[in-house]
Amino acid sequence: MQFGFVAALLHRLSGIALAIFVPFHFLALATTLNGANALDNFLSVTNDPLVKLSETGLVGALALHMALGLRVLAIEFLGVRERTGAAVSACIGFGFVLGLSFLLNAG
Amino acid sequence: MTSTLFLLQRASAAVLAVAVAVHLATIVFAVRGGLTAGEVLARTHGNAGYLAFYAMFVAAVAVHGPIGLRNVLREWLGWRGRACDTALAVFALALFALGLRAVIALYLA
Repeated sequence: MQFGFVAALLHRLSGIALAIFVPFHFLALATTLNGANALDNFLSVTNDPLVKLSETGLVGALALHMALGLRVLAIEFLGVRERTGAAVSACIGFGFVLGLSFLLNAG
Repeated sequence: MTSTLFLLQRASAAVLAVAVAVHLATIVFAVRGGLTAGEVLARTHGNAGYLAFYAMFVAAVAVHGPIGLRNVLREWLGWRGRACDTALAVFALALFALGLRAVIALYLA
């Protein structure tokens, strides 16, 4: 398996997901401009299991994207020579851990 | 990718590495037992540290995201040229404006 390709693909897909999500995240937070109740009304939507599951995926995607980005920075600027398979597995594991931490805490 | 965009992408990534780590820790901590507007605003209202940190976070996102999308659009969809760059510049400005608006809303609320 080409682990470098898997890393690049996951980095891109998670980045695209985040780029789509972030503007809506900003719009949602800005509901506070209409008062704290407006933000509470929005937050109540997040109690829906499907929304919570989506949020879990996004938290996991954010953690995964960050970990894979750190890998790129380490290779490019620190001259790190990695065992690519182990590094990519660790990045994916980090994404799962953060996603599950969110789900267990939010649940 | 031009060398300027490459450097901006990597510099913003370095900023985001710290910002996202803090944000992830905050998320996992904050959602314990559910999230309410009161809890959020207790952390953000009138907090200059919050304002400075998240304003920097938003700026880094507005730089990093569109440059990353530019690579995707060019390589996967073959969309390049002035129209593509203009669209992404508009996206960058929109991200910055929307993000700063949200940050300020939570600071002033």
